[in-house]
Amino acid sequence: MNKEYASAAAALEGLLFDGMTIASGGFGLCGIPELLIAAIKEAGTRDLVIASNNAGVDGFGLGVLLATRQVKKMISSYVGENAEFMRQYLSGELELEFNPQGTLAERLRAGGAGIPGFYTKTGVGTVIAEGKEHKDFNGQTYILERGIVADLSIVKAWKADPSGNLVFRKTARNFNPPAATAGKVCGAEVEEIVPLGSLDPDTIHLPGIYVHRLIQGQHEKRIENRTVRKKEAV
Amino acid sequence: MAGWDRNQIAARAAQELQDGTYVNLGIGIPTLVSNYIPQGVSVTLQSENGMLGMGPFPIEGEEDPDLINAGKQTITELPQTAYFDSAQSFAMIRGGKIAMAILGAMEVSETGDLANWMIPGKLVKGMGGAMDLVAGVGRVVVVMDHTSKHGESKVLKACTLPLTGKAVVNRIITNLGVLDVVEGGLKIVELADGVSEADLRAATEATVLG
Repeated sequence: MNKEYASAAAALEGLLFDGMTIASGGFGLCGIPELLIAAIKEAGTRDLVIASNNAGVDGFGLGVLLATRQVKKMISSYVGENAEFMRQYLSGELELEFNPQGTLAERLRAGGAGIPGFYTKTGVGTVIAEGKEHKDFNGQTYILERGIVADLSIVKAWKADPSGNLVFRKTARNFNPPAATAGKVCGAEVEEIVPLGSLDPDTIHLPGIYVHRLIQGQHEKRIENRTVRKKEAV
Repeated sequence: MAGWDRNQIAARAAQELQDGTYVNLGIGIPTLVSNYIPQGVSVTLQSENGMLGMGPFPIEGEEDPDLINAGKQTITELPQTAYFDSAQSFAMIRGGKIAMAILGAMEVSETGDLANWMIPGKLVKGMGGAMDLVAGVGRVVVVMDHTSKHGESKVLKACTLPLTGKAVVNRIITNLGVLDVVEGGLKIVELADGVSEADLRAATEATVLG
């Protein structure tokens, strides 16, 4: 089975519609599907609901879809470092559903695993718990959180084989595997598609069953917060 | 009244680290704690974006865009490093495998409530992983300035800002000293250099026990 497409635009052909829900991988600007994001910008799809831990920064990552006003609602845990996001949210132009980071990750994992809801202690006694079912287990209070099933997942990996098996690199894995599983369809962009048989089956991070469309491309991989130390004296 | 600076607060917080444990350090002063890990104490730092065994910042020229901490800073790996996805990362947090988290705070209350993620109408950053951490880890230590820039106490009877967690803080380390959250209020554990008990009490709105 070959899932390769020639470009990000080709990989998204027939999948985009106004008002759709998209789950995106990435943490900050690390491991973000920058090519698929650019293709969604070009396609001009509107009123998007996007589940992603962050929304990129001004002008890069999901920030480009905020700048074009294609996003109706974000489901995120952290929106700092993005002035346009903050402006649109505070002015009421953009809906924002804050999710604790672990709750968001588990909602995506659960959605992909056919689990409609789960109970967690995270957020009990805070605004996050308002309106949610509370239930006690073993003397502790938990709240019900719902799994997320998205119309489309967009993720970024390091390597893939043509069957869609994915390998990630270092902390660029982050939300990509749970986001990938949460989509009815998943588009994955990678730095390199290697021949079948060249990935060790024991080292596959995400099996190809979760990946439907695959593209290879050049990634800018911008660093958000470059921090270095001085070389120690020898 | 002298008190501790940011680095001294971090150094004091590093004394909380227990040998052989897994620990999560938040953004800001908590990140500085890793500079002061005591001799003979070995801790494994978790970064909630998907890493155990966080190493120091890279030498210039060795930055890797695929290797960052939860503050999006470039970092390095160690021989014992393991990577994993965000669901796995928070499974180990929610599952109680992380012994301690050291986090920053905007406000903390005498019952251990913590507020550190937003100021309504003004500052919207988000809770990131903080709500999951305070709900899941074994012990929560908060490091913060005792008062605001205008001299108002940030150690309160009740938080005024939206909460990150309710009754979750165990110990508070500020520029003025160390306080524990106990039955009935806060208990002074230690005073910072040059700070008297009267100074600390005057700067604290919360109930400080006898």
